[in-house]
Amino acid sequence: MGAAVNPLSFQFMQLALVSALLVGLAAPAVGVFLVQRRLALMGDGLGHIALTGVALGFLLGTAPVLTAVVVAVLGAVVIELVRQQGRTSGDVALALMFYGGIAGGVLLISLSSDGSNANLLSYLFGSLTAVSPTDAVVIAVLAVGLLVVLAVVGRQLFAVCHDEDHAKVMGLPVRTLNLLLAVMAALTVTVGMRVVGLLLVSALMVVPVATAQQLVRGFAATVAVSLVAGVLAAVGGVLGSYYADTPPGALIVVLALAGFALATLVGAVVRRNRAGGPAPGDDDARARRPEEATTR
Amino acid sequence: MNRAAGEPVVHLRHACVAYDGRTAVRDVDVRVDAGEVVAVLGANGSGKSTLVKAVVGLLPLAAGTLELFGTPRERFSSWTRVGYVPQRAGATTGVPATVREVVATGRLAVTRFRRPRAVDRDAVQRAMEVVGLADRAGDSVSTLSGGQQQRVLIARALTCRPELLVLDEPTAGVDLASQAVLAGTLAELVAGGTTVVLVAHELGPLHPLITRALTMADGRVLHDGAPPEPDHLHVHDPEHAHPVHEVGESTAAAWGLR
Repeated sequence: MGAAVNPLSFQFMQLALVSALLVGLAAPAVGVFLVQRRLALMGDGLGHIALTGVALGFLLGTAPVLTAVVVAVLGAVVIELVRQQGRTSGDVALALMFYGGIAGGVLLISLSSDGSNANLLSYLFGSLTAVSPTDAVVIAVLAVGLLVVLAVVGRQLFAVCHDEDHAKVMGLPVRTLNLLLAVMAALTVTVGMRVVGLLLVSALMVVPVATAQQLVRGFAATVAVSLVAGVLAAVGGVLGSYYADTPPGALIVVLALAGFALATLVGAVVRRNRAGGPAPGDDDARARRPEEATTR
Repeated sequence: MNRAAGEPVVHLRHACVAYDGRTAVRDVDVRVDAGEVVAVLGANGSGKSTLVKAVVGLLPLAAGTLELFGTPRERFSSWTRVGYVPQRAGATTGVPATVREVVATGRLAVTRFRRPRAVDRDAVQRAMEVVGLADRAGDSVSTLSGGQQQRVLIARALTCRPELLVLDEPTAGVDLASQAVLAGTLAELVAGGTTVVLVAHELGPLHPLITRALTMADGRVLHDGAPPEPDHLHVHDPEHAHPVHEVGESTAAAWGLR
């Protein structure tokens, strides 16, 4: 790849960067609710299931991103229904679905005419050149849709994920909101699969949230910081993989993890300074937590 | 107590509740009137938590009827009149939340899917002031003590100014000094006319507030009347008594329960 050429002059890079920006926003925005409900690994399983959808697209000759949306959403609904039943066997049922999803996907892709190892790898770990204009439109519509829905029902989802029983007593439609969250998680996986890849997209739903938790202590603040961390990792990873010629998903996740490590370090320093009274580094702490500065 | 005046706040008739595949509450008749402060006492597994979960609608009745404010449970929908304070286990989750954020969720019973307005933010602020946590509004709930977390959950229930407050083990895992603060908060609410139903192992500092105690064992109400004297606060399941339970046993015997 011509490293000297401005990457933005290529159409595939423009599409990849826009997709990265959108998935960098949507993944942590949905993921924060999964982390809150301690279902951080749900995105991972949905990614496995979506692979079968991708393979179906190859076999049927339709856009894989569309069949992935359908299969992942169906999988998410089944997962949520199993969870609502509260059976102890639910855990195993989910594991079976996840194994079935990835094995079925690999099998079906190998059987299809244009299924090559390179093709499979691009779905598992993302690819810079993979985002077709059609994909970009689907990704943009889904991502903007997710962000709009979250803006409308974010408070209600927060209440349900925080305390499901209490939300029921308040008369909130808890089952519907839980299903909505599961469907949104499935859509997020398909939004991220072209750029980040199905195996790694759930990292972008979880790692930025964990990063934010090192720095701030409220839910709204966690969402805000995790969106910034998600966008930085996704866009940075796409740009970096252009120069390094690596699968973007891997670099995005490594960058996200580096951000987490940095935030852990900064968080520890800030906490120590706060515990030890005014210190040279205390200005940082005040800038981050203005409401506290007034009370001290 | 104004037992004669008006409709009962809670009225259970021949109520049976199944939980985890077994009948946890059997044939319970309870009527709670406005202004009462009722403690539901009993050992683990006696059915006391199951009973209040059925009252707030979290568990269905397997048999019998439940009326809230004179309306059968199936047709009751004014959940803003009922404030539910679950066991504290739910106070923290995977993502930290501030006191204000958690308390504000209680207001969703009123706002539903519309955006909060100034009046809603005022209600949240007032609820935090009632429980004495307004100065901790921006702090993460996970940094608070057990008693403070309990007060956060009470504030959450108060954002709708409920007429009936149902608390499930509000004193569990809360040290004695914090229990006294909790009792003070509840006393203010009771003085304001709130009806209270609470589940407890032992009453401790709450004792002076309680106007009536239901003692449960094996899913049935064994005793319904004045709260046990402070000297005999420890109420135990007579079925599963062992040596340290002697006080509870003799109390139960004194009431003619065996």
